[in-house]
Amino acid sequence: MEKVGKQTIKFNNPPSILECASIVGPKESQGPLAKYFDQTLDDEFWGEKTWEKAESKIIKETVNTVISKSGVPSEQIDCCFAGDLLNQCISSSFGLRELNVPFFGVFGACSTFVESMSLSAICCETFAENVLCATSSHFCSAEKQFRFPLELGNQRPPSAQWTVTGSGAAIITKSGTGPYITHITPGKIVDMGIKDANNMGAAMAPAFVDTIISHFLDTGRNPSYYDAIISGDLGHIGKEIAIDIAKTQGYNIKSIYNDCGVLIFDKNAQDTHSGGSGCACCGTVFSGYLFKQLKEKKIKKLLLIATGALMNSTSSQQGESIPGIAHAISIEL
Amino acid sequence: MDINWANVFDWMSLLKCFVVGGIICIIGQILIDKTKLTPARILVIFVTTGAILGGLGIYKYLVEFAGAGATVPLTGFGYNLAKGAIEGVKETGLIGAFTGGVKAAAGGIAAAVFFGYIASLISKPKMKKQ
Amino acid sequence: MNPIETKKAYQEYVDKKSPNSPILKNCFNAFWVGGLICTIGQIIMNICKERGFDQTLSGTIVSIILIGISAFLTGLNLFNKIGKFAGAGSLIPITGFANSIVSPAMEYKSEGYVMGVGGKMFTVAGPVLVFGISASIIVGIVYLIFNTQNMTLV
Repeated sequence: MEKVGKQTIKFNNPPSILECASIVGPKESQGPLAKYFDQTLDDEFWGEKTWEKAESKIIKETVNTVISKSGVPSEQIDCCFAGDLLNQCISSSFGLRELNVPFFGVFGACSTFVESMSLSAICCETFAENVLCATSSHFCSAEKQFRFPLELGNQRPPSAQWTVTGSGAAIITKSGTGPYITHITPGKIVDMGIKDANNMGAAMAPAFVDTIISHFLDTGRNPSYYDAIISGDLGHIGKEIAIDIAKTQGYNIKSIYNDCGVLIFDKNAQDTHSGGSGCACCGTVFSGYLFKQLKEKKIKKLLLIATGALMNSTSSQQGESIPGIAHAISIEL
Repeated sequence: MDINWANVFDWMSLLKCFVVGGIICIIGQILIDKTKLTPARILVIFVTTGAILGGLGIYKYLVEFAGAGATVPLTGFGYNLAKGAIEGVKETGLIGAFTGGVKAAAGGIAAAVFFGYIASLISKPKMKKQ
Repeated sequence: MNPIETKKAYQEYVDKKSPNSPILKNCFNAFWVGGLICTIGQIIMNICKERGFDQTLSGTIVSIILIGISAFLTGLNLFNKIGKFAGAGSLIPITGFANSIVSPAMEYKSEGYVMGVGGKMFTVAGPVLVFGISASIIVGIVYLIFNTQNMTLV
């Protein structure tokens, strides 16, 4: 492991992504990626009394699924990184309290999945054999915490995004056969002064561009090196903005770039406005769709950049702008 | 008691009510779409505007013209509060300013609280399918 | 031009890039749904008057019935669909006020009936009462001052 350039970490013995698992809620089950997920739910409560309990159950079951799929018993997992959107990350800590694996709770808003994978990869390079990472989010619990009660008869503006219900989990291992995590570029916090909490894509796009350019400068690569560049949850509007800004900085990413929030829903049929968001957006799309593409060698070099909006409802009410963050991880066969 | 249905369905008054009520809602819709204000702020703006226009004696002309078209929107709720406060002052002076408004709006507030409690007892929020 | 050069330039760029709400369609829907709700109120009021209730009492009955209908529709998980379609058309009439009390009551049921339902019921509608009642008291006091000087406003 060594630092290259300003902020990128290069792995000399790249850790592998051993296995991934994903569970999604009812809306995602009707989306274009439905067939790639391990389990699809028809009920946002999943038999629980509250959405918070349901979200904990989703992350718990996703972790159980990835453990059983990978064949690595939980005793051989050295530690785990997990996070979600709820206050004090209760979904992941409550969901994983019976797991009996050393636990690090992480918060990076919607960028948590790649943040967890980055930290897991660093652990694998140093002391660990197998590391688990997982994230979850739930539309209803996120609306309750960040926006309005579900039954309030309000209209969502066209720039609003739809929090993905679900969870994605991955096991990173020291000595595997790929796909390998070769580089990580942790992002800086970038705040361009956007205050509209209904336009998260615009708030996070500058952070995305900052990280992607840092990655290219640090590694000496350019967009054509990758088969696909996928962002976490910029949505339709954020995607357009990101392509635009990257172009003004001299990087044309349009042909190979897409966004998990754009991929997971059918915008017109599902009325999700600007697309998906939330910790589970990047988590489920990577664990379900992208990981299978890597396994089947349809994508050989992937740059995954999860974006996060580091705000809460208090900061919005106090008139603060929304700081964005983006973490990049380079996954190669 | 016999009801004179011709009085109930007085088309002219219903039309005035429909148009005025609709226009007040359009003002609200423009505020929502153009200013990104949250629903709570929109409601506050309407109720305060209604109370001020009621206090200035302007809103009552609208009520006389449009009936429920002016009283059913939240501006009417504000007007009702202000009207109650003024009537309270007429009856009991300063104390009336404090008791009159809420007294006039008591039915609506109590109903909302009570029905809200009942709804929470028997119903659970569901995810928007759309 | 580089849109991320300054915050101001970026804000302007984002405003240009973000789609606007379909304001004409929204206004049309708000107009007819809002007008319809008011007309239902007027019909109820006319029936009350025919039955011999006075103006004030009729108004209160209209409010209670519309609030009841709104609470019922919210409880049936229907009001948010109406609200999504009609926007201000269902928000601005008293039905929107009722919905803003009933919806948090249902939402926070999971935190118990006292601190959940009872405590959070006014998270959205509380400001309406605070500002409405305060404004009415100020109106009353102003009226009191002007009235003693033989100036009538109303």
